[in-house]
Amino acid sequence: MSIKNAVRMVDITKTFAAKAAKVVANNKVCLDINYGEVLALLGENGSGKTTLMNMLSGIYAPDSGDIYVNGKHVTINNPSDAFALHIGMIHQHFKLVEVMTAAENIILGLDEGNKLIDLKNVHTRVKDFCDRYGFVVNPDKKVYDMSVSEKQTLEIVKQLYRGADILILDEPTAVLTPQETQKLFAVLRNMKADGKAVVIITHKLHEVMDISDRVVVLLKGNYVGELMTKDTNPQELTNMMVGRPTTLNIDRSKPENLRKCLEVKNLSVKDIYGVLKLKDVNFTCYGGEVLGVAGISGSGQRELLEAIAGLEKLEPGAEILYTPNTPGAQEENLAGMSPVRIKNMGISLAFVPEDRLGMGLVGNMDIAENMMLKSYKDGSGPLLDLKKPKALAEKVVKELEVLTPSIHTPVRRLSGGNIQKVLVGREIEQHPSLIMTAYAVRGLDINTSYTIYNLMDEQKQKGVAVLFVGEDLDVLLELCDRILVLCAGQVSGIVDARKTTKEEVGLLMTHLG
Amino acid sequence: MEKKEPLFRITKRGAIPWWASLGIRLIGLLIALVICAFIIFGITKLNPLKVYAAMWDGALGTNRRMWVTIRDTMMMLCIGLGLAPAFKMKFWNIGAEGQVLVGGIAAAACMLYLPKTLPNWLALVIMCCASALAGAVWGFFPGYCKAMINTNETLFTLMMNYIAIRLTAFYVAKWENPYGSNTVGIINSQSRFGWFPKVFGQQYGLNVILVLVLTIFIFIYLKYTKHGFEIAVVGDSENTARYCAMDVKKVIIRTMMLSGAICGIAGFLAVAGAGHTISTDTAGGRGFTTIIVAWMSKFNSFIMAVVSAFLVFLEKGAMQIASQYQLSDYISNVVKGIILIFLLGSEFFVNFNVRIRGSHKSEVTK
Repeated sequence: MSIKNAVRMVDITKTFAAKAAKVVANNKVCLDINYGEVLALLGENGSGKTTLMNMLSGIYAPDSGDIYVNGKHVTINNPSDAFALHIGMIHQHFKLVEVMTAAENIILGLDEGNKLIDLKNVHTRVKDFCDRYGFVVNPDKKVYDMSVSEKQTLEIVKQLYRGADILILDEPTAVLTPQETQKLFAVLRNMKADGKAVVIITHKLHEVMDISDRVVVLLKGNYVGELMTKDTNPQELTNMMVGRPTTLNIDRSKPENLRKCLEVKNLSVKDIYGVLKLKDVNFTCYGGEVLGVAGISGSGQRELLEAIAGLEKLEPGAEILYTPNTPGAQEENLAGMSPVRIKNMGISLAFVPEDRLGMGLVGNMDIAENMMLKSYKDGSGPLLDLKKPKALAEKVVKELEVLTPSIHTPVRRLSGGNIQKVLVGREIEQHPSLIMTAYAVRGLDINTSYTIYNLMDEQKQKGVAVLFVGEDLDVLLELCDRILVLCAGQVSGIVDARKTTKEEVGLLMTHLG
Repeated sequence: MEKKEPLFRITKRGAIPWWASLGIRLIGLLIALVICAFIIFGITKLNPLKVYAAMWDGALGTNRRMWVTIRDTMMMLCIGLGLAPAFKMKFWNIGAEGQVLVGGIAAAACMLYLPKTLPNWLALVIMCCASALAGAVWGFFPGYCKAMINTNETLFTLMMNYIAIRLTAFYVAKWENPYGSNTVGIINSQSRFGWFPKVFGQQYGLNVILVLVLTIFIFIYLKYTKHGFEIAVVGDSENTARYCAMDVKKVIIRTMMLSGAICGIAGFLAVAGAGHTISTDTAGGRGFTTIIVAWMSKFNSFIMAVVSAFLVFLEKGAMQIASQYQLSDYISNVVKGIILIFLLGSEFFVNFNVRIRGSHKSEVTK
């Protein structure tokens, strides 16, 4: 089978004006996409993968460079232009209308010439695609009733329905369980066999090896190289992605001197609509171990950590028994206490929330000011003590190698990884007995991720209890001592991370056992 | 299908040095003046330069005019200082008008009812406190309801204005003097009880001192105190504030009371330090104009002083050209409006970069 070129991008450059300086998101990147092939676009976060593909789908316009589709020079000004060229992109954040059915979402915004909507025809055509590629889509199901994986399938069908021959998927597996990922890959293989061009944006190496035919690696906006998947191996790809030879591993220490730190009993939490987000959660967390929390996103992970931190309203009967790591400390029941009361009792919980700039830090404030977010009340008198936070900021910047022009740079101007280092650094500097982290490495480059993993292990060796909510099962299996699996707000199992498998955890994520 | 690039592309600018942003604003001002010149000439056939000279003359031409300009600047600055803490907390207090009025009522009531045997300085202290308290109460209600049941503060503070205006009308009727005039008249015009004394020989010296003290206080309060820090965090994100164990409700109520109190003091200035009377026009729409002051200066007290002075200058100048050349008020409002639009519009160019098609081929990367 001869290779037919679908898209050729030549010398694409795109810059963004960040507050401090110009950021080159793509620097003269060249890329070929072929029909009947799965291309993996590999790179760390912030390497410009999504930006490059957004220029193909009409969301951004390149500063310079040329795009050819099927050999013809084109200018793509908006998503409709991209549709017209049969390019479809499935974004990380789904673009679906929650209150509409699958079929309604599919035809939304389509101009099919006549004014009447022929839903029956939509059904037949959707069924057609499903049979051809192995999807399962119920056209009458409302989007709000769908699971994440169903929504993703719907997005793909939507693009196919609109005639997409070139499909771009932005980190499609980030929200899927291992089983769902395998199903998605099967679909992608069917599409490839059907002659479609498929691009998958990812930073997970095993997925690249699994699904792709060809890999293009980007590093800091630059094109690094292109390889046939069958001719390469994960180590070579890692080196290309990071830009230098690297070995990455987590030094998991043996848990020692376990000491009960946190015991959660009968914890239930309702959201504002009265729906139970956590139901009868019971577990114990020990000082000196890392307890991982796994689950499909939205299974109650956020609520669990926020409930412990006093930020959620608990249903009656819950107990959160906390024992600090100090000699002679008493067990305290934190259930029902506000953060103000918890703080007034002299308890400092270290909590790295999922929403870094919306909860953990203030984006418009500088590093020093963010250091005093939790300690600004220290010292008497109405004035702020600006010296200690400054010293702390300098310490964190130095010890965690935060890349910043100065400690007086607003944190929103820092990159995701450096923002996270500031947040984690501040929490660790409280010398806590318990550290809770939610998706601590989301959006971080590989090196920073491993810095964070090893910091957590270091804390564990100091006798701190670490509650680590994660989404990458490979990491959870390597880092944690035990893994608590949440499924729809309930604990579906607590497993030994050294003995379990990815498949077992994946199964627990979707089934209450 | 060959598509063309759009004619303009708008991109967000990075940080630009202060002189560049100042330069953009000055260019905006210059363009506004040129356009105004054409409009003035087109409509009135007057020499625009002479009209501008008249504006200058109207605002600063004589010693007395200059002091009136200063007095009104202080009034506007004082309201702006009141709005700053609330706005910094992203609490849209558009009820300054009402808070000024109730402050004014409190001051006027003191002038009428306090025993005339009190020393004047003590009377002024009591009046100041009474006005601040009245304003604080006016700020408390919207703050409390926002904190407790998350009411919309914009509507709430706006409606509090109308209550204050009707309340003022009630007191004007009650304190009417002389009977049948439907005004309060100049209060204590003989004894000058509760009037600001001359300071350094200047009638409005005390206004300046009082507001400058407040300016410094608000600057320090917002920047260097624990309260100010809480305001900034709550303004950025209530979730963050809750996360770091701040009592969000307390912060909202306290800040709104402070905001109202300072606006109340502005009412005290208007009554005891300027008009020596009270009417429904005592606030005169400044509670709304000042919103522009607070925003243009990004809540920095000292920049606020400059912006207030500029706005009052425009207002006085516009009044002067209206009377000197027998123009209607509207032409002076046109001049004022055009200048403001260009100044606010220049913010867009401070924050965004506009490129015209085909002009960017030269952009080279390393």
